[in-house]
Amino acid sequence: MSERESMEFDVVIVGAGPAGLAAAIRLRQLAEAAGRELSVCVLEKGSEVGAHILSGAVFDPRALNELIPDWQARGAPLHTPATEDAFLWLGRQRAFTLPLPPQMHNQGNYIISLGNLCRWLARQAEDLGVEVLPGFPAAEILFDDQGAVMGVATADMGRLADGSEGPQFEPGVELHARQTLFTEGCHGSLTKQLMARFALRDGVDPQTYGLGVKELWEVDPARHRPGTVRHTIGWPLDRGTYGGGFLYHLEDHQVAVGFIVGLDYRNPYLSPFEEMQRFKTHPAIREVLEGGRRIAYGARALVEGGWQSIPRLGFPGGLLAGDAAGFLDVPRIKGSHNAMKSGMTAAEAVFDLLADGAGQRGEATDYRQRLDQTWVMRELHAARNIRPGFRWGLWGGLAHAALETYVFKGRAPWTLHHHPDHAALRPAASSTPVDYPKPDGTLTFDRLSSVFLSNTHHEEGQPVHLRLRDPALPLSLNHARFAGPETRYCPAGVYEYVEENGAGPRLRINAQNCVHCKTCDIKDPGQNIDWVVPQGGDGPNYPAM
Amino acid sequence: MKVLVPVKRVVDYNVRVRARSDGSGVDLANLKMSMNPFDEIAMEAAVRLKEAGQVSEVVAVSIGTDACQDVLRTALAFGADRAVLVQTPEAALEPVVISRILKAIVDEEAPRLVLMGKQAIDDDCNQTAQMLAARLGWGQGTFACRLALADGEARVSREVDGGTRTVALPLPAVVSTDLRLNEPRYLKLPNIMKAKKKPLDIKPLESLGVNTSTGIRCLGVSEPPARKPGVRVESVEDLLHRLKHDAQVI
Ligand SMILES: Cc1cc2nc3c(=O)[nH]c(=O)nc-3n(C[C@H](O)[C@H](O)[C@H](O)COP(=O)(O)OP(=O)(O)OC[C@H]3O[C@@H](n4cnc5c(N)ncnc54)[C@H](O)[C@@H]3O)c2cc1C
Ligand code: SF4
Repeated sequence: MSERESMEFDVVIVGAGPAGLAAAIRLRQLAEAAGRELSVCVLEKGSEVGAHILSGAVFDPRALNELIPDWQARGAPLHTPATEDAFLWLGRQRAFTLPLPPQMHNQGNYIISLGNLCRWLARQAEDLGVEVLPGFPAAEILFDDQGAVMGVATADMGRLADGSEGPQFEPGVELHARQTLFTEGCHGSLTKQLMARFALRDGVDPQTYGLGVKELWEVDPARHRPGTVRHTIGWPLDRGTYGGGFLYHLEDHQVAVGFIVGLDYRNPYLSPFEEMQRFKTHPAIREVLEGGRRIAYGARALVEGGWQSIPRLGFPGGLLAGDAAGFLDVPRIKGSHNAMKSGMTAAEAVFDLLADGAGQRGEATDYRQRLDQTWVMRELHAARNIRPGFRWGLWGGLAHAALETYVFKGRAPWTLHHHPDHAALRPAASSTPVDYPKPDGTLTFDRLSSVFLSNTHHEEGQPVHLRLRDPALPLSLNHARFAGPETRYCPAGVYEYVEENGAGPRLRINAQNCVHCKTCDIKDPGQNIDWVVPQGGDGPNYPAM
Repeated sequence: MKVLVPVKRVVDYNVRVRARSDGSGVDLANLKMSMNPFDEIAMEAAVRLKEAGQVSEVVAVSIGTDACQDVLRTALAFGADRAVLVQTPEAALEPVVISRILKAIVDEEAPRLVLMGKQAIDDDCNQTAQMLAARLGWGQGTFACRLALADGEARVSREVDGGTRTVALPLPAVVSTDLRLNEPRYLKLPNIMKAKKKPLDIKPLESLGVNTSTGIRCLGVSEPPARKPGVRVESVEDLLHRLKHDAQVI
């Protein structure tokens, strides 16, 4: 095994999303104000910052206002104020406007590409002296002899499929830090290890998730109304499944359209990808997209557990921030402002800890307390019962949401609890197959032509980054009992059961198509799949998602 | 001995591009940009010559907007010693102009070898190396699949039908690189950080006094026609009928 080089930083941040970049910026701002030396680096697995960012996004600029008050003068890419907003219930052909719940009002918000905002934030961070390092996934957590986190190692490059070192092999680098912040976003691969190692989820609800499938369209200028926000519930989902659609009109004749399905869905025949395709055929959506062209595609899981699923946020040597911890506000479908604010709060806690000197790989134990005093936790606490209320189906959930929102105003004397998503599937034998319409190639598409538009690339010949703990389980459990649900929930067509020369079915993993949404690691009924980082820079290359 | 490596910033090879709806060009907004892959091969070749002690200095040059600094940093991370950005207000200049600008840079830098990609993957022109050699009055070895320096000569092999052909060029010379010359290395993280501190000079295009007129106009950019779905024919007669009447090819 080749020797790894190592480098020292005060703070290493894993993941250049809004949480990680806001933390980096805050750390350097504090260091400059105090006249202190503080070296900060941010690792990012995408080929560039923004390449793996996928969001809606209607953006609440509250955290940005606090972080960089003159963002407008610095040219932040917030170009389209949200001006008109509606919440629709869809029937098969019809649409009814529902009263807009207060938390869904979007005055003062902007319709943006979160990927572009991250690119801009990365430039601000670099101007402040942060080392932003795209193309370098953190693959391994490093522990010191006390068991504290002492940094991460980046992924090796040039390993062959069997794991051996190829001719171009370049070992990963160890980045040692006094504090390491994990901001990997929803269901991070290292965060998952930290949760297990430090038992961070003890005493809190399991995290629950949704999968968002999104497309970017260039529409007929006559149908483009910049600033318009649409959220939908109802069709095409059945009443027992949580989820809904969104449609946001951005600048340059672009429209973001997407569909989110709660991953606690029960029918193994359900396909979030095809629900999204079907959603676009509703007259209320079709009328916007018709005559336009699809220019990008992608998918990403999002955290839906809210307040009751927030784990312990720290451990010796580091903290969690952003969706890695789970601060998304589900009724508002907004997480990026909370991601930024939690990153900033983590930065403040870590900065003070390191100033004490005693903080060498200690734990900033006051981080949670600091967060509790911010608007982030107040917002999440008030919304905490809305998502779990949808266990009573669409109408029960809506009625309950109205009760929580208008009557109790978020102060109900109870808290509803969550169950893990992977345990929700019913056996195929007691489920009804869903008959999805065939794609027409202009409004609706198949998976492969979609993945093509995500610009996904994984260098050939590397080890498969979707690891099966037990290679026999896909057949004995997933295929036999649940009719292979991974062939339907994976939005990139990575999993396929194939039958070759008379031999029985076998699972084929087309890892090169993976868009890094993390759904398989979440929803696999046997919890048998570990998503690990592939080689640096591999994965989707999203333009402005 | 000094080597000059021109590098171009192009849309990444993994990214699908599309024509703008008004046909005025390709829409590059928000797309991932990278160093032209053939230029990476040229960089790799230059750095290997330096590592072998045959070259003392590797200078990378890029021509374009400020954004091109990122590919120059990549070149520095590969192992270039310094970089020059010829700063232009627009990104896309024609090869004929690029070769004039490179001539001006060669006059200033006086390298013994210019190593460059055979073509850029965005416009696929495959002209710049040849034009530059002509302007300089130097020998040229194009499509190099092997390169060796010895006795004041560059030995350049290129793949031809059924084998390779090797020529010897007196230095100074221009060599353009083909795909099989080498496989560029993975960039090392410490080298990327060191690259941020290496010298990168910015020269405004005006300072070189180069004529940028070409007389070339772009009339339009369009996407290839979408492929029509296939049809299933019932019989040989049906096939012949369709070939004759629908496709009109027989
Ligand atoms: C479909 C959809 C719609 C949404 N709509 C909205 C909306 O309208 N408004 C809103 O405010 N929010 C919205 N959200 C939520 C919002 O996108 C998230 O809350 C936000 O992106 C979380 O930020 P983050 O920094 O925690 O994580 P992310 O944005 O996920 O960023 C994490 C980054 O870390 C990188 N990374 C992960 N693991 C590693 C590793 N091991 N090594 C190196 N890098 C790594 C990733 O590549 C990524 O760049 C939406 C989310 C989805 C999926
Ligand atoms: S393989 Fe897993 S992480 Fe990759 S796209 Fe499919 S579901 Fe998402």
